[in-house]
Amino acid sequence: MGANTGTDLVRLTAAETAGVIARGEASALDVTDAYLERIRAVDGAVHAFLHVDAEGAREAARRVDARRAAGEDQGPLAGVPLALKDVITTEGIPTTCGSRILEGWVPPYDATVTRRLREAGLVILGKTNMDEFAMGSSTEHSAFGPTHNPWDLARIPGGSGGGSAAAVAAFEAPFAIGTDTGGSIRQPAAVTGTVGVKPTYGGVSRYGLVALASSLDQAGPCARTVLDAALLHSTIAGHDPLDSTSVDAPVPDVVGAARAADVRGMRIGVVRQFSGEGYQPGVEQRFREGVALLEELGATVVEVDCPAFDYALPAYYLILPSECSSNLARYDAMRYGLRVGDDGVASAEDVMAVTRDAGFGPEAKRRIMLGTYALSSGYYDAYYGQAQKVRTLIVRDFEAAFEQADVLVSPTTPTTAFRIGERVDDPLAMYLADLCTIPSNLAGNASMSLPVGLAPEDGLPVGLQVIAPPLADDRLYRVGGALEAALTDRWGHLLIDEAPQLATTTEGTA
Amino acid sequence: MSDSGSITREEVAHLARLARLALDDDELDRFGPQLDVIIGAVSRIGDLDTADVPPTSHALPLTNVTRPDEVRPGLTQLQALAGAPAAEDGRFRVPRILGEEA
Repeated sequence: MGANTGTDLVRLTAAETAGVIARGEASALDVTDAYLERIRAVDGAVHAFLHVDAEGAREAARRVDARRAAGEDQGPLAGVPLALKDVITTEGIPTTCGSRILEGWVPPYDATVTRRLREAGLVILGKTNMDEFAMGSSTEHSAFGPTHNPWDLARIPGGSGGGSAAAVAAFEAPFAIGTDTGGSIRQPAAVTGTVGVKPTYGGVSRYGLVALASSLDQAGPCARTVLDAALLHSTIAGHDPLDSTSVDAPVPDVVGAARAADVRGMRIGVVRQFSGEGYQPGVEQRFREGVALLEELGATVVEVDCPAFDYALPAYYLILPSECSSNLARYDAMRYGLRVGDDGVASAEDVMAVTRDAGFGPEAKRRIMLGTYALSSGYYDAYYGQAQKVRTLIVRDFEAAFEQADVLVSPTTPTTAFRIGERVDDPLAMYLADLCTIPSNLAGNASMSLPVGLAPEDGLPVGLQVIAPPLADDRLYRVGGALEAALTDRWGHLLIDEAPQLATTTEGTA
Repeated sequence: MSDSGSITREEVAHLARLARLALDDDELDRFGPQLDVIIGAVSRIGDLDTADVPPTSHALPLTNVTRPDEVRPGLTQLQALAGAPAAEDGRFRVPRILGEEA
């Protein structure tokens, strides 16, 4: 592979990049420099990054090159760069969660995900933009300005992990880490034509992942190919004694499954509830074509009925705000983060309330108050208690569906990328973007979004969601790998290669 | 659209106080109707009969998770104070916590 110029290097997949570095065709430093240059050239327009750690990245790359020169054995992804969503703590690199309340905070410790990446020799390019504390579906709720979709800069890149998805789609990183509480990896993947995976709850450690809703949050990979997602997944997954909800079981062979890419004999369940009113015709069309293709590849398709899914969205918008209002109580202006109004006279409680009003954006405030409401005495049983029972019904629907099918499929999100500004003042309309992704978080199972084409009416990417039972994450990769291979064969390239060229500038304006 | 949850402006102000958010009048005006619409929409879950359904608080049931009780390095005093809005004599400095009359 004659990929020795910077432009060529950033077009490689992560797997190819690892090979180029291992064979010595390019150094890890060359690769990192190529990405830093790409970020300088396009991130003024995309705004995927909140912080670029050029110096730290170049240092990490040099260490990989030195170890390679010394003949040391290194992991399969040594020297490959990546971007981290700004909700994962990084020692020495600012972590803001897209919030003014944490602006400038430099964590004194690494998340387990960060530590595993560093130990595997991956190079952290920087931290990506997100909706504040991961609350949103468009990245417009970032305190530091929205991220723009590389397919159309006037549109949203999804959320909350729009920065990670846009960085990957704009070739500013070969892959990235996202987190998914209600769809924040999968919905951005769908609207940016990339691959995103929410592993089984507990599959990846939450230690050092700044909490939004602790029973729903899960970190996972964002990538341009299914295999790259699997490689990153296998690097960050596995039991961690520092997270008491971490699953103490072997990580499924996701890389083997992505390579096998074989759906022959698999039973695929189409979820009846996820179609019809509110679904864009082009999204439904590409989804149906994807299902037909899986059938051609040797899978059997059945329809499954999950009636409780109709109540997943309301249950989620009670459970999430409840957990969020508790978790975000830690921002009290005392030990870290923003403090305003401390004039020597005001009480700690006044300073706390003034600081929280100044430091949180509108969506965070809405959800904190909603959670406070749902947990209030007198309302607890009707709201939070009832939502937890609905959660049981959703788990039961999944269990019944997985008796008929090995995986379930649906569109990832009902529409393609909407315009920036379109839903920002209409919370309910925004929430609908996560209609199909939320049930997986409530049940804790594994799911993936992968691109299945462009909607004919607007030329924007459409994602297909695959859902597997808890701990059967490998099935996502078998299905995703097979579908991606067949589509790539048909198109002659990955969908992301059809994304418009971005105008490049020599000086960053972000 | 679903029924209004009919949350009053006073209730929003009360929630804001409970949540330690010093909202101004504009925010109360804006958030009130928005919360009303959201609460109206999520109230739909009351339609489901869940009399015999146990609650699920966690996706995968785990009980009594422990880890070996081993001494590990923690944060140093300097690291712990590094992000503090104000520190004094190696401690967090906080605004007064008692009222004038105390």
